[in-house]
Amino acid sequence: MWATLSLESRFESIEIAERALVDLFGEAGIGGDEEYWILTALREAIANAIRHGHYGRPEESVRVDYRVEADRVSITVVDQGDGFDSAVIPDPRDAENLLKPCGRGIFYMRRFMDEVTFRRGPGGGTMVCMNRKLTPRPIKE
Amino acid sequence: MKQKIRDAGDVRIISLSGKITIGAGDVMLRELINESLEAGSTKVLLDLGGITAIDSSGIGEMVASYTSAKNRGAQLKLVNLSKKINDILQVTQLITVFDVFDNEAEAVESFG
Repeated sequence: MWATLSLESRFESIEIAERALVDLFGEAGIGGDEEYWILTALREAIANAIRHGHYGRPEESVRVDYRVEADRVSITVVDQGDGFDSAVIPDPRDAENLLKPCGRGIFYMRRFMDEVTFRRGPGGGTMVCMNRKLTPRPIKE
Repeated sequence: MKQKIRDAGDVRIISLSGKITIGAGDVMLRELINESLEAGSTKVLLDLGGITAIDSSGIGEMVASYTSAKNRGAQLKLVNLSKKINDILQVTQLITVFDVFDNEAEAVESFG
């Protein structure tokens, strides 16, 4: 199963993206903690696109692709921003960062997904690809 | 996010439900804590029992509120964390920052 969304660059769009993935998960029989943590990673990826990629420019769009397979889920979020260097993201658990109010979004994504990669999107922005293996579940009749 | 505010002695208890997420609950959380601090509360207990999700912005506001309270000589403590919120505090190591309690009576007592 798959779905593609083109979202306005507003925080309200996060709820729309979340509902779309919940619908796909419902059809695929995915729920519980697995769904919760994947949705958490999704929210962070889209929030970063809106807040850091587009700096509050609602006219820009965020593209989100979902692919739900039997044993894994893949999510791609693409913004139209200027990109960033993911290699220089500080660890929010370090003592000097622990009390900072921001800087945990990518940490969440890496923590709750098996694989997170950042690269240049087709339009020059950031493309975030996240994958996670799914717990084996009964096949729907 | 919804909130209920009451006082138990000199402890301001803010009970929250719903989501603390970017663009909605996070801002409300900041305002609620700031209002309490500006009103003179020095003992603030956040009851997170009704919170269903908290993103990094929500956690960030909790950290900012903790710092803000501390800078004013006030205390901010947490009670009734769900397993998932507890997990988040564990993985971010913020569990070492916040005073966390399982029940309200114990939390209120801890302020002294």
